[in-house]
Amino acid sequence: MFRFILMRLGGLVGVLLAVSLLTFFLMHAVPGGPFDAMTAQTAQMIPVELVKNMEEHYGLDKPVWEQYWLFLKAALQGDFGYSYYASGRTINELIREHWPHSIQVGVMTLAFSSVVGLGLGIFSAMNPGRWPDYLGTGVSLFCMSVPSFIFAKLMQYFVAVKLGWLPTSGWEGWSEPKYWVLPVLANSLGPVLTLQRYTRSAVSDVMRANYVRTARAKGLSTTKVTLVHIFKNALTPVVTVAGPMTASLITGSIFIEGIFRIPGLGWYTNVSLGRRDYPLIMASTLLWTTLISVTYFVTDIIYALLDPRVAYVKER
Amino acid sequence: MSVATAESTPSYKRHSVGQAFWYRLRRNRSAMVALGFIIFEILIAIFAPWVAPYKPDESDYAAVWSTPTKEHWMGADDLGRDVLSRLMYGGRVSISVGILAQLAQVIVGLPIGAVAGILGGWVDYAFMRVIDILSSVPNMLLYLLMVLVLPRGFLSIVIVLSITGWIGIARLVRGQVLSLKATDYVRAARGMGADTKHVIVSHLLRNALSPVLVSVTLGIPGAMMAEAGLSFLGLGITPPMASWGQMIGLYQAYIQTAWHLTVFPSLVLSLTMLAWFTLGDGLRDAFDPTIQL
Repeated sequence: MFRFILMRLGGLVGVLLAVSLLTFFLMHAVPGGPFDAMTAQTAQMIPVELVKNMEEHYGLDKPVWEQYWLFLKAALQGDFGYSYYASGRTINELIREHWPHSIQVGVMTLAFSSVVGLGLGIFSAMNPGRWPDYLGTGVSLFCMSVPSFIFAKLMQYFVAVKLGWLPTSGWEGWSEPKYWVLPVLANSLGPVLTLQRYTRSAVSDVMRANYVRTARAKGLSTTKVTLVHIFKNALTPVVTVAGPMTASLITGSIFIEGIFRIPGLGWYTNVSLGRRDYPLIMASTLLWTTLISVTYFVTDIIYALLDPRVAYVKER
Repeated sequence: MSVATAESTPSYKRHSVGQAFWYRLRRNRSAMVALGFIIFEILIAIFAPWVAPYKPDESDYAAVWSTPTKEHWMGADDLGRDVLSRLMYGGRVSISVGILAQLAQVIVGLPIGAVAGILGGWVDYAFMRVIDILSSVPNMLLYLLMVLVLPRGFLSIVIVLSITGWIGIARLVRGQVLSLKATDYVRAARGMGADTKHVIVSHLLRNALSPVLVSVTLGIPGAMMAEAGLSFLGLGITPPMASWGQMIGLYQAYIQTAWHLTVFPSLVLSLTMLAWFTLGDGLRDAFDPTIQL
């Protein structure tokens, strides 16, 4: 296990280096710089001398390789520099300001979709061919075929504008639950689908397993068989999808945050892409990559703990 | 009738794998409905110039912003263009983006997965590390960067959607090849002196093909959704060319005054995705001999 952890940590460093390299050069290949009139969205041209000055100030006049090297040296010390757009503010500060909103939406989405997804999955697996099964299939078909941004847009129109039950958009943090409902609902389509499908197939696989039949034959009560034998074993495959899902949820969806005007990190990164705010794009890419890789890593460890048959490194 | 006779007198006629598969798929009613719907849509897209009531870029200035009427069944947009006709033409883009992106992914992913699985060793190791790296990049961010780097247009969207999409196919094929390599019949074939080429072509690749077909069918709606997402953000197909996602993206801001411009394209896109997913599930069931239909 120890060797496995070391190997994976080494791999993580490699992945982060490769991703930072890829993003950095791709980002600089995108036409337009941060101080062009187009990206800065000013009507008049910015004087050439000014642009040159700014680029010199931020080191953008140096060759890209050197810029990458400087970025890497600073980033290793946790310093991602200053934003080109929000002048005078550090990237770390901006991320600290925007990320909590994404985390909040993500955590609420995760909680909601876990209840719905696991519930539907278990419910339909225990009643195959009866109405709970059809309900589960119906919900998963809906979640599958309606893209979240379309659902968000239509809900915004019908529930918020037409019926006036909820505000169309906005964000007040934890204190105003009426702003959460639509974003969390729209954000949950994908997670509900995944959790429902995995739970359903895991539970129905376990229900047919020999040890469950044995437990029943031994005369154990249905409750005990369900809780101890079925759920405990069916949970393992569900955990493997829940990890990476959490990582992608708490980094924020560009669509949901954009449509409902939530000032989260997903939305802010998308906006920064338009502004060519290089340091912010780099920082949030690396944040996402780290989160995704770390959750895969943690998931693998949990998987090994839950299932004693899993051995990542051959024992000698 | 015919089913009953088949059951009472077991026939020992040999059926090819394809026949058995087609027989099983035909018994899945929802998959057949989905297949019919998809063929119908593809035909409409191909013959759009003949079946569409109007030209996609033809303006009817009397009908600007009009909601559904007898002349324009799904209304008209800000330039008086017929929504139904634009949906028919837009289907050409949306459907072909989905199919082409999946095709590109198979062309790249299948050989890579097969080579990694068959050769094993350091080749396998190297490919798997590349895949590890690519799958750790946040997908949406990579799409957005690629879209900005490449020239705007139809082909760029296909390229962007395939850039990481092949990973899934490669992983799938590699896994298939690895598990097939260990099966008894492959070992038996080897033991009977079959040469490597024969084993690879008629055992490994042929048996790995059906999961690939399922994955492609399920991947097409995924690619269509991604295209719609990019177009929704205004980074996809550029006007005057239309795609379903782009129609939604362009007019979603006007949903309060012209709901039909968002609702109809959304409906068509969702129904199409539903059909592809249903067909994919049907194919998977038909390929799986352990499932009783």
